[in-house]
Amino acid sequence: METTKLPPTSPSSPTTGFSVPSAEKVDGFPRRSMRRARQRRSHSSSQFRYQSSQVELTPLPLLKDAPVAELHNLFCKKLQQCCVLFDFLDCVADLKGKEIKRAALNELVESVATSRGVLIEPLYPEAIKMISVNIFRTLPPSENPEFDPEEDEPTLEASWPHLQLVYEFFLRFLESPDFQPSMAKRYVDQKFVLQLLELFDSEDPREREYLKTILHRVYGKLLGLRAYIRKQINNIFLRFIYETEHFNGVAELLEILGSIINGFALPLKSEHKQFLVRVLIPLHTAKSLSIFHAQLAYCVVQFMEKDATVTEYIIRGLLKYWPKTCTQKEVMFLGEIEEILDVIEPSQFIRVQEPLFKQITACISSPHFQVAERALYFWNNEYILSLIEENSQVILPLVFTTLYRVSKEHWNQTIVSLIYNVLKTFMEMNSKLFDDLTASYKVDKQKELKRERERAELWRGLEEQKERRLQTLGETSRNQKNLQERGEPPQPSSPQTTLPKQPDLKPSGPSSTT
Amino acid sequence: MQHKSKMAGADGDDSLYPIAVLIDELRNEDVQLRLNSIKKLSTIALALGVERTRTELLPFLTDTIYDEDEVLLALAEQLGNFTMLVGGPEYVHCLLPPLESLATVEETVVRDKAVESLRKISQEHSPVDLEVHFEPLVKRLASGDWFTSRTSACGLFSVCYPRVSSTVKAEIRQHFRTLCSDDTPMVRRAAASKLGEFAKVLELDYVKSDIISLFTALASDEQDSVRLLAVEACVSIATLLPQEDLETLVMPTLRQAAEDKSWRVRYMVADKFSELQKAVGPEITKNDLVPAFQNLLKDCEAEVRAAAANKVKEFCENLPEDSRETIIMTHILPCVKELVSDTNQHVKSALASVIMGLSTILGKDNTVEHLLPLFLAQLKDECPEVRLNIISNLDCVNEVIGIRQLSQSLLPAIVELAEDAKWRVRLAIIEYMPLLAGQLGVEFFDEKLNTLCMAWLIDHVYAIREAATCNLMKLVEKFGAEWAQNTIVPKVLGMANDPNYLHRMTTLFCINALSEVCGQDITTKQMLPVVLKMSNDQVANVRFNVAKSLQKIGPVLDSNALQTEVKPVLEKLDTDTDMDVKYFAQEAISGKYTTLSIFFLYEVASLGPLHLVILIHFSP
Repeated sequence: METTKLPPTSPSSPTTGFSVPSAEKVDGFPRRSMRRARQRRSHSSSQFRYQSSQVELTPLPLLKDAPVAELHNLFCKKLQQCCVLFDFLDCVADLKGKEIKRAALNELVESVATSRGVLIEPLYPEAIKMISVNIFRTLPPSENPEFDPEEDEPTLEASWPHLQLVYEFFLRFLESPDFQPSMAKRYVDQKFVLQLLELFDSEDPREREYLKTILHRVYGKLLGLRAYIRKQINNIFLRFIYETEHFNGVAELLEILGSIINGFALPLKSEHKQFLVRVLIPLHTAKSLSIFHAQLAYCVVQFMEKDATVTEYIIRGLLKYWPKTCTQKEVMFLGEIEEILDVIEPSQFIRVQEPLFKQITACISSPHFQVAERALYFWNNEYILSLIEENSQVILPLVFTTLYRVSKEHWNQTIVSLIYNVLKTFMEMNSKLFDDLTASYKVDKQKELKRERERAELWRGLEEQKERRLQTLGETSRNQKNLQERGEPPQPSSPQTTLPKQPDLKPSGPSSTT
Repeated sequence: MQHKSKMAGADGDDSLYPIAVLIDELRNEDVQLRLNSIKKLSTIALALGVERTRTELLPFLTDTIYDEDEVLLALAEQLGNFTMLVGGPEYVHCLLPPLESLATVEETVVRDKAVESLRKISQEHSPVDLEVHFEPLVKRLASGDWFTSRTSACGLFSVCYPRVSSTVKAEIRQHFRTLCSDDTPMVRRAAASKLGEFAKVLELDYVKSDIISLFTALASDEQDSVRLLAVEACVSIATLLPQEDLETLVMPTLRQAAEDKSWRVRYMVADKFSELQKAVGPEITKNDLVPAFQNLLKDCEAEVRAAAANKVKEFCENLPEDSRETIIMTHILPCVKELVSDTNQHVKSALASVIMGLSTILGKDNTVEHLLPLFLAQLKDECPEVRLNIISNLDCVNEVIGIRQLSQSLLPAIVELAEDAKWRVRLAIIEYMPLLAGQLGVEFFDEKLNTLCMAWLIDHVYAIREAATCNLMKLVEKFGAEWAQNTIVPKVLGMANDPNYLHRMTTLFCINALSEVCGQDITTKQMLPVVLKMSNDQVANVRFNVAKSLQKIGPVLDSNALQTEVKPVLEKLDTDTDMDVKYFAQEAISGKYTTLSIFFLYEVASLGPLHLVILIHFSP
C-alpha cells in the first residue's frame, strides 16, 4: 500500500543554488524587446463554438437565506447556472450575467468550505458537470509559437475571474470533510482525469498551480485512479521527450511525482523503476530542462533515497545523456550529480566512480570556465572529498593527466588556482601515488601519441584495402559485363563471384598492440 | 605491430585484420572516435570479408547496442546499405537482429532510421525469407512490451504485406488492428500516421471492411493528436475507394473532423484541404467541401483561418469548371472579403500571399470589380508582411489587368516599405525591385523609384547596402549599360568622395557588381580612375577593398590598362604599412597572375597560330 504525503498548500519548489537567473545571462542581446514588438494577437476561445444562444441569467436567492429544506435544491440550481459560459475576450459583453455567475460561484465556494452536510450524493454529478463544463476546453494555440517560458510573459487565461472560482470550488469540494471518495469515483473517472492532465499544458501559471494541488488531492483520495494517473503522466512525459518537446506543465507534474515517489512502498515495483529509467532520466535531454530541472533532480534523488540500488542506473543514465554543446545544461547536470553524490552510499559510489570521474575530468578541461568551476567545486564538498580519498587509488590516475595539463593551459586564472588546490589535496591524500604519476606523466603522454599514430596507420591501411577491393569489384563486374556482351551465359551474381576470393581465415587472437 | 607487419607483407594483396583490433575501434572510449569508426563500418566489413562480417561483426554489433544515440543513429543508417557486405540478398536477413534492437530504442531519430533501413532491406528479401525471417520480426515488434517497438512495427506492415501469403496477410491485418487500439497514445499515433500507407497495399475489400472501421475509430480518438493524424489518412483512403462508397464510408468522418472541437484537428483539415478536395472529387466538393471551407475561413481560431486562407487559391483552382465562377463569387469571395480585415495579421498575410492568384481564375472584369478593391485594401494594410506578400505576387495580376491599374496605390506602399523601420522589411522589398522595375517600365522607374534605390546604398545596415548593390546590377541587366551610364554610374562614383568611409566602400562594392554588366568601356574609362584614386584613401579598409576591387574587375579591363595602370597601383599597395592591405594586394597580384601572363604570352606570340592554342589553354 502506497502512501502519499500531501504537500503544503503553497508548495515551494526546491531551489538550487547554481541556476543562473535569466537577468544575469551573459548574452546581452535584447531578445525580449524584439519579441515585445510582435503584435499581440487577439483570438477568441474555442470554448464558445457550440454555445449557440446566450442564456440570460437571473439572480437566485442567496444560499445563506435559504430554508434548510430548499438548500440542496438551490445549491443544485446554482451549479446549473454556473454551467453558462461567458466570453471574456469581449470584456464588456454581458457584464450582468458575468457578475451573477461570479457571485454564485463565490457562494458555492463558501458554502462547500464552511457548512457541513451540504455535499449529498445527488450533488456530485451536478458539481462535476459544472466543473467539467467550465475547465475542460481545448487550449488555444499559443500566441507566440516560439514561446520560451524563461523569457516570455505567458498568455494569461482571459476567463480567469470565473475559472479561478471554479478551480477553488473544485479544491474545496475535494478537501471538504463531507467528501466521499466512494461517491466521487463514479464521476471523477479516467476520462475526467485524462482531460484534467491535458490542462497542465496551460500557459497560465495560476491555472497550473491550481491543477497541481487538485491533481494531488485526487491522487490522494481516489485510490483507484492512482495507477492510471501515473500511466498518463508517463505518456505525457514520453510525448514531451520524444515527440513534441512542448508541454507547459512538466514542472508541476514532477512536483506531484516527487511526493508520490516519496510514498512508494519498498521494494520498488518494476513499474516504478521503469519510470525512473525510461522517463525521468530521458527527461534530462529536453531543451527546456532549466524550467523543471530542480523538480526533476528532486525526484531522482527521492528515488535514490528510497532504494540505493538504482544509483547505478541513474548515474549511467545521466552520463549517457550528458550535454554535448549546451554548457548551461552541463552546469545543471553537474549540480544534479553533486546532489546525488551527497546522498550516495559508498558501496554504490565504487560501482560508478570510473565512468563518473572520466566525465568530471572532461568537465574540468572544458574551456567554459563555469563548467570547469562547477566540477572543481566538488572538491569543496566534504562528503565527496571523503569518497575520493577512500578511492584515490582509482580516481587519481583518472584525473591526474587532465588536471596537470589544464593547470598549465587554462585561460582562466580562477580555474588554474582551483586546480592547484585540487592537486594539493591529492598530494596530501596520497603522496606516493602522486609522485609516481608526476614521474610518468611524460611517458604516458608519449604512449598516447604513439597510440594515436597507430590508429591513424590502421585506418590508412583499411582505407587502402577498401580502395583495392572496390577496384577489384569494379573489374569483376566489368569482366562479367564483357562476358555477357560476348553472348556467353551470364554468371550467377552470387557473392563468391562478385567478391574476390577470400584468403584462408587466420585465427584472430587478441591484438597484442592494445 | 601485428597488422602493420601484415600490411607490409601484403604487397597489394588483400590482408586480414584481426577482428579484435577493429572491434576495439568500435569500442573506443572517445565517443567521437567511436562515431567515426561506426561511420566507416563498411570499410571494416570489407576488411573482414562477408563471412566474418556475418559471423563475427554482426553478432558483436547486436550485443553492444547500448551506446550513445548518435552512434546508434549512424549504425542504423549503415546497416541499411550493408546487403552486399554480408554476401548479397541471400544473406540479407543477417542484418535483422541488430536492426531489430535498434528499432526498440527510445530515441525517435534512431528508431525511425532503423525502420527506414528495415524497410529498405525488406525489398532485398526473397518472398520466402520475408516470411521466414522478416515477418516474424515485425510480429515480435508489434507485440513488444514497451511502446517503442510497437511504434516501430507500425512502419513495417506495409512493406511486407504485398509479398506474403494470404494467411500471413491475415495475421498482419490483425496486428495492425491491435495497434490501432493500443493503450498508449504514442502507438496509436504511429498507427494512425501509417494508416494511409497501409491502406494503399491492402485489397479493396479489406480497405472497406478493415481500414474504414480503424479510420473511424482513430478519427474519434480521445486525444486530438491521434484524431488529426486520421485526417491525413483520409486523403489516401478516399483516393482508394470508388466514388459511390465515399459518401457512406468516408464523408461522415470527414465532416466530423472539419467540425472537431479541437482546433488542431480543424487546422489539419484546412491544411490538407486541396488534397482532400482532389481525393473526394467534384460532386462531394460542391455539396460538402464548399460549406466546410467557408466554415474554416470563418473559424474562431486564427491558426485555422490562416491555414484555410493559404488554400483559397488552390481550392478555387480545383473547383469543377462548370460551376467554378458561381461558387467563388457567391460562397468564397464573401469570406475572403471578411478576411481582408481580419484581426489577425497572420491570417491577412496568408491571404495576401495567394489572393492575387484568384485574378487569373476570375478573369479581367471580375478582377477589376471585386478583387482590385481587396488588393488595394491589403496594399494599405498596417502589417508590412501583408503588403509585401501582395507586392511579391504582382505578376499574376499583371497578366490579367496590367499593373497600371495598381500603380497609383502601389507607389505609396512601396515607398513606405522602403523606409520601414525593420531592416528585414526593407530587404524584402529590395528583392522585388528588379521584378517591379520590369513590370512598371523604365520611365515609371526613373521617375518614382530610382531615388529609393540610390537611398538604400547609404542605409545604415550593411545587409541593405549589400542588397542595394546587387539590385543595381539586376536593374542594369534589365535596362542596359547606356541607362546605367546616364542614371546610376555618376551617382555611384560621386559617393567616392563621401566623408563617410562606409559610403566610399559602397562605391567599390557597386563597381564590383556593375563592372561586368556595364562592359569594358564604362569600366575602363569611368570606374577604373575612381578606383585607382581611392588607393590613396586614408582608411585602410578602403585601400584593401581597392585591391579586392581591382582583382574583381581585372577580367573586364583591357591588357593595356592592366599593365600600365592597375599593376603599379597594386605594387604600391603591396608596400602599404597596413598588413591587411598588403595581404589583399598580394592576393590580387597573384590572382591576376594568370590573366596577366596570358596577355604577356599574347604579346610574345606575335599573332602566330600558337597564341590561340595558349589562350584556349589558359582561359578559364
